[in-house]
Amino acid sequence: MNAKTADKIATGVIYAISGIVALILFAMLAFILVQGVPHLSWHFLTSPARAFEAGGGIGIQLFNSFYLLILAMLISFPIALGAAIYLNEYAQKNHFTAIIRTAIEILSSLPSVVVGLFGFLLFVVQFKLGFSILSGAIALTLFNLPLLTRSIETSLAQIPDLQREAGAALGLSRWETVLHVILPAAVPSIVTGVVLSAGRVFGEAAALIYTAGQSAPALDFSDWNPFNISSPLNPMRPAETLAVHIWKINSEGIMPDVSAVSAGASAVLIIVVLLFNFSARKLGMKLYKKLTSA
Amino acid sequence: MDNITKKLMQKSESTHKDTIGRAVSLTALALIGIVVVAIFAFVLSRGLSTFFRDGVSVKDFLFGTTWNPSVTNPETNQPYIGALPMIIGSFLVTFLAAIVATPFAIGTSLLMTEIAQKRGAKIMQPIIELLVGIPSVVYGFIGLTVVVPFIRNITGGSGFGILSGTIVLFVMILPTITSMTVDTLKSVPRYYRESALAIGATRWQMIYKVILRSATPGIMTAIVFGMARAFGEALAVQMVIGNAALMPTGLATPASTLTSVLTMGIGNTVMGSLQNDVLWTLAMILLLMSLVFNLIVRAIGRRGAMK
Repeated sequence: MNAKTADKIATGVIYAISGIVALILFAMLAFILVQGVPHLSWHFLTSPARAFEAGGGIGIQLFNSFYLLILAMLISFPIALGAAIYLNEYAQKNHFTAIIRTAIEILSSLPSVVVGLFGFLLFVVQFKLGFSILSGAIALTLFNLPLLTRSIETSLAQIPDLQREAGAALGLSRWETVLHVILPAAVPSIVTGVVLSAGRVFGEAAALIYTAGQSAPALDFSDWNPFNISSPLNPMRPAETLAVHIWKINSEGIMPDVSAVSAGASAVLIIVVLLFNFSARKLGMKLYKKLTSA
Repeated sequence: MDNITKKLMQKSESTHKDTIGRAVSLTALALIGIVVVAIFAFVLSRGLSTFFRDGVSVKDFLFGTTWNPSVTNPETNQPYIGALPMIIGSFLVTFLAAIVATPFAIGTSLLMTEIAQKRGAKIMQPIIELLVGIPSVVYGFIGLTVVVPFIRNITGGSGFGILSGTIVLFVMILPTITSMTVDTLKSVPRYYRESALAIGATRWQMIYKVILRSATPGIMTAIVFGMARAFGEALAVQMVIGNAALMPTGLATPASTLTSVLTMGIGNTVMGSLQNDVLWTLAMILLLMSLVFNLIVRAIGRRGAMK
């Protein structure tokens, strides 16, 4: 075959392949939005789910998802920040650092179902926390830690060494330099990383089905005392999240309007995740403008 | 005088703060290390007790073809704990998904980096990012409402099975492989392209004979990452594969994977029983496989590092 013909054919094939990929995504998004958005209503977003009859909502699941997300971020952010600071600012190139880096890499590649089962074994069974928001938040933390650590470390590594030298020249200790010079400069990209990982955590289900549980007991939204069992803030209650809800009602198949509810819930899930991804960059840019002289 | 000596000998406040900060951040790092060790210790101790405490032979477990841990085989007085159907199911969906996804991923990344850098990247980049962000249960739901009925119409039968699982996983790992391949292709030095074109190669010859060759290790890494993701994916696969722990006889008959059996079973068994232990052994296999994928990536990185 003529080289020029081959070139033309190959180009055509590549265009066709990319076209198919684009088509698949548009079809998927369109499917979810067309199927799901008509179901979205104030009633759907706020009322509790119903197991055996049509017309239930996702109110409790939606609240659980956000609550779990916030708790998981509260636990994982300080740990990830500390670990990233050590890795980027203090760690020397030695065996210890290499082993820890490998460990983080392995943790990030573990299937989330294994992380969930570990959480089940240790927190639900061993520590007797039961199926609870707390167990779920810890499982999500384990799932989130390696990715968040790496993204914060990358943000810190992007700050030029000139800044560190300037800090040292002013007589600041390394810690003070990190706290007052490096971190403020890295805040925008750290925030971007945190919000992006929040999107991932929000949609996670496999790590939660055996830690936060698959039931959503009725909540009393007028009771904000975290020690009451029906209070939304109680961290010891079982809490089914939105993603787990979609999985559960589809595998059980006893809810009469299961495809309507899951389409609506999927639409909410995707819209929230897309909002996270979209706002991550915006927020990062805004903070950058505010915190630096740029 | 004494005061000054004292002040000079003492650690300054800054140094003090630095020591504390260093200790705190090291603790956080060590915590992650401990978590990894704990995960391995717990899952391995649970998973291995099938062999040590319950006396199941490794051979029966890995190569047995009947999975029904709650029923005892009257001939051998042992429960049916052959995990081969799930192991095969897992590997089959993983490899098939990777085989289907690879050409699409490479084609798309070539469009983004070589053929239509500006327009292609502008359209495809957000698409790839969007695909990465979609939660796996949503993929499962789409699989259940679109892919399964589609397969049912074509092949008859229930529509659940390896084929549906493959299609769902293909879409899930496509963005992973594509974005990593794009990064690799971008890191191929510009002068490779220029020299190829200068000696009269067409664009396709340049891509095929120079760029893809020099990017092979990176592309392989991307594929292995995609496979690792497919192998560990639980809920999306579980929703479409049919969950029958049988040896797969065809692509459109119900089957199961390690993850699907785990998610279905672990809540219905009693801790410490054999039925429960064998499930932990499946989890152990998942854990070890993700380790293997990790090692493969490292081996590729070491052998194929671009010079």
